[in-house]
Amino acid sequence: MYEKDGQKYFVVDSHIHFWDGRPSNQANRYGEGFINCFYDYHRNLSPESEVWTLEEFWQQSEERILHDLFEVGYVDKAIFQPTYLTDFYVNGFNTTEQDGALAEKHPDRFIVNGSWDPRDGEAGLDKLEALSQRWNLRGVKLYTAEWKGDSKGWKLTDPWSYRYLEKCQELGIRNVHIHKGPTIYPLNRDAFDVADVDDVASAFPSLNFIVEHVGLPRLEDFCWIATQEPNVYGGLAVALPFIHSRPRYFAQIIGELLYWLDENRITFASDYAIWTPKWLIERFVDFQIPADMIGEYAPLTVEIKKKILGLNAAKLYDIEVPPELALSSAPVDSGEAVGSAPKVPA
Amino acid sequence: MSALWDALGTVMDPELDQPVTELGFVSEAVVVDGHARVRLRLPTYFCAPNFAYLMVADAHEAVSALPSVTSVDVRLADHFAAEEINAGVAASAGFAGSFPGEAVAELDELRLVFQRKAYLASLDRLCVRLPGSPVGLTLADVPASPALVSLMRRRAALGLPCSSESPLLLDERGVPITAEEAPLRLRFARSVRVSIEGNAGFCRGLLHTRYPQAVGN
Repeated sequence: MYEKDGQKYFVVDSHIHFWDGRPSNQANRYGEGFINCFYDYHRNLSPESEVWTLEEFWQQSEERILHDLFEVGYVDKAIFQPTYLTDFYVNGFNTTEQDGALAEKHPDRFIVNGSWDPRDGEAGLDKLEALSQRWNLRGVKLYTAEWKGDSKGWKLTDPWSYRYLEKCQELGIRNVHIHKGPTIYPLNRDAFDVADVDDVASAFPSLNFIVEHVGLPRLEDFCWIATQEPNVYGGLAVALPFIHSRPRYFAQIIGELLYWLDENRITFASDYAIWTPKWLIERFVDFQIPADMIGEYAPLTVEIKKKILGLNAAKLYDIEVPPELALSSAPVDSGEAVGSAPKVPA
Repeated sequence: MSALWDALGTVMDPELDQPVTELGFVSEAVVVDGHARVRLRLPTYFCAPNFAYLMVADAHEAVSALPSVTSVDVRLADHFAAEEINAGVAASAGFAGSFPGEAVAELDELRLVFQRKAYLASLDRLCVRLPGSPVGLTLADVPASPALVSLMRRRAALGLPCSSESPLLLDERGVPITAEEAPLRLRFARSVRVSIEGNAGFCRGLLHTRYPQAVGN
């Protein structure tokens, strides 16, 4: 919970990791390149006072995670989003089991999400069922650029992907977090294209599709499909840290999101340990659209900030919100853009 | 050196719609006795290999076209797929030939998608500068400006009409945008511009983090 100017904010960090990027776990140069890439994101977008050494960044202890998220980071509930990368890391980068081990010690603090890969075929479906039962999954995180043997990625519209989405429906896994990366099959196509999200969101209206990083670097395509698909959400990981280094760009991102979607379908995330929640939350609550951009973009209200920081994710994951932290009026249901967003003609 | 740099200045990052020279992606460019040596670098180790390939191939082509150049050595450094890309470009293998089993076609369609985005962004840049509504205007009605030059270049690249009597408001496929559609279409063009410019800013920042001595601004 974060409190500022008499307002209390319930905080759900919807995208965190418990990873092992140490050299001892790197299987090859790709594993080394991956963690270095994350570290450059961290160095580039963090305030100077928040920049860690590479060694600190490789792996975080249980104590450090609890400290960064809950002791000083204002987070009420954090959602683990696994990123397996078993072709890059000996024991995987950040698996459901690794996350789960920590979550079981602190069940009131964490939610464990699972993952699946359509390239695992029939056997993977059974594995998903077992994973779901073991961890009581309500969400999965999918990384479409994950390498697997000769394959450098997949699409949500691949035939086996539909089988896995059907399985999610069957198992009660409602929240599908999608993270696009730089590779895909076939490699000649734009790997960041979110058109496949559009297709599966239409085909599976009972599932929620949370596009991580609000589709960056394809913000415009994400906005376009999210306007049309009421079950498509945007996760702010990676987008939010621009609030420090390029606040006017952040104003544009959040302004575009609120224009095309609505404030009920945007969720806060730090992407810990790439960034830490404390400064992101403090800056976000203090943030306002610059005066010269008002008109083009609507101002951010306290109510909007409360929804984004926690209430929207709480709704997706049935997280109980203390009455004093809920909005006095019931949140508007998703499905209709409540702001100025135009409906797109067929 | 100047002719070489100018040639490289025609090579665009297809995704960011800016020359690789301005982005700081060219770390070395020299011609010695007719042999051109060019080194490229990118903001991350995992930048999308298809865009990376296009920039290396385009640089190779632009430099090869210089009359003073008899041999060319263009290489991408510090990238996960550098070896495949460099070998493929040097051997004129094409993208599919450089990534056998991973790609099913060349990159013309990818390039087209991003030329269309670049055009929409340039349409927004022009329209926000107009004193009144762009609806119903022809190109002849638009006062000369760098934004118009930029728009025309992108229209020409897409093969869209460029004559003075052609409508200003054409969509990315060349279909006239009606007055009724204009507000939504132009609003989307704004989002495309915000996206491309934002990505370019992020990439510049990451390049600087990776190579603190990088040129480009």
